[in-house]
Amino acid sequence: MSMATDRSVGSSESFGAVRGRAASTMNEPRIAIRKLDFFYGDNRALKGISLDLPDRQVTALIGPSGCGKSTLLRVLNRMYDLYPGQRATGEVMMDGVNIIDPGIDLNALRARIGMVFQKPTPFPMTIYDNIAFGVKLHEKLPRSAMDERVEWSLTRGALWTEVKDRLNTSAIGLSGGQQQRLCIARTIAVRPEVILLDEPTSALDPISTLKIEELIDELKHDFTIAMVTHNMQQAARCADQVAFFYLGEMVEVAPAGEIFTSPRQKRTQDYVTGRFG
Amino acid sequence: MSGTPEHLVKSFDLELKRLRNMMAEMGGIVESQVALAAEAIMNRDSAAATRAVEADPKVDALERQIEQFVVRMLALRQPMAGDLRQVVAALKITGDLERVGDYAANVAKRSMVLAQFQLPYSLAGLAHMARLVQEQLKSIMDALGAGDTEKAVEVWRSDRVVDDIYNALFRELITYMMEDPRNITPCTHLLFIAKNLERIGDHATNIAETIYYAVTGDVLPDTRPKGDTSAFTVVRPREA
Repeated sequence: MSMATDRSVGSSESFGAVRGRAASTMNEPRIAIRKLDFFYGDNRALKGISLDLPDRQVTALIGPSGCGKSTLLRVLNRMYDLYPGQRATGEVMMDGVNIIDPGIDLNALRARIGMVFQKPTPFPMTIYDNIAFGVKLHEKLPRSAMDERVEWSLTRGALWTEVKDRLNTSAIGLSGGQQQRLCIARTIAVRPEVILLDEPTSALDPISTLKIEELIDELKHDFTIAMVTHNMQQAARCADQVAFFYLGEMVEVAPAGEIFTSPRQKRTQDYVTGRFG
Repeated sequence: MSGTPEHLVKSFDLELKRLRNMMAEMGGIVESQVALAAEAIMNRDSAAATRAVEADPKVDALERQIEQFVVRMLALRQPMAGDLRQVVAALKITGDLERVGDYAANVAKRSMVLAQFQLPYSLAGLAHMARLVQEQLKSIMDALGAGDTEKAVEVWRSDRVVDDIYNALFRELITYMMEDPRNITPCTHLLFIAKNLERIGDHATNIAETIYYAVTGDVLPDTRPKGDTSAFTVVRPREA
């Protein structure tokens, strides 16, 4: 499978050319967030967040509404750039580069850090074109290579067997669960290193939810995953590490097994046991 | 536990309360079984012995009831963190309490055999042991109800004394048996009674460890004060 040679991002030439995975050791986080503040105008919505996203693990972000977890997710792929008056200060380090620096190439960044939203968002195109669309933005692939990439993505997205005979039909015709898996396949088609999931299954039925949780379990062998979820049981099932947020602060971060059996902070305990005032 | 806000769903808190009440009920019956068994030995009171034995089916029934309740709570409520630890702790503790009830009933039964013998030696040591063990049980049930880890640790430490008394009794009883073969039957029963009391103390310690974990999420250190050395005890006859 051919890969683009020029993926350089920002001022540091090495950032794009070196695929971080070869360089990172087992212990280095894929993304290291240090003292991150985020502002909606004058409102400080994230306060001094420092958090590691371990390489090829699932980090779940949990907390009550308005705590800043989705805000944090959207910092990681610079979604906030779309909106004036929103700004971030601090460090979000990936391969030695601070990705919230102004000089960063956002398109290249968003190919390395992909995002899947709560509501499935298939493009109004064929299933094939949905996958190929993002790839074409970054790489020039001959038809056969693109076919391979589409098949690979749909296979990794646990959708191939269901759609292989109708790649040229509209993606809108798929069920909700299938559409979401399509969105995940579309995200991984550009071979990102990090996948951001914003409540990926809250709009889906229980079976689709479990299929996607199984998919997440498989994907984490190759991708680092950060997931916002309102569903505590889902965080318990899926996550390796869980970070609890409250009013813009990160209260506690711990392995999933610990946070749901013996959290250290009272606020965490109150939240996970359903005793929040 | 003080300082814990209410659950957003009231029925959940009510179920936890019901679980605590069932545990308290079971603890109460078991405490009275031990008290009755002690009375039965000291006062040769066969009525007390009978009541201790007859309470046992009630204890067993409560254990099954609590177990089913816990499994149901786990399935329906998916408790987390402190709630999860509390619910799982209940499962462990009912197991310990059920064993204590069995030991008490066993002691009561043996007391009825003992009553047939004239014992030329004092049962003061045994009486002391029985009293200590009753206190341990009461303390640990209080600690359970209040989520009191300090009290639990006290009980955890106090088992050392019970073990020391048991060791002394063990040697004493063997000595009596060596002195006179007519002592063998009653002393063997007394040995079993003492062992049962010592085991009750051990179970109180188990409960203490479980309470500590349920409340704090931490585990008491491995080196529980275990003083029972009877497994290694040898009493040699004096050279004639």
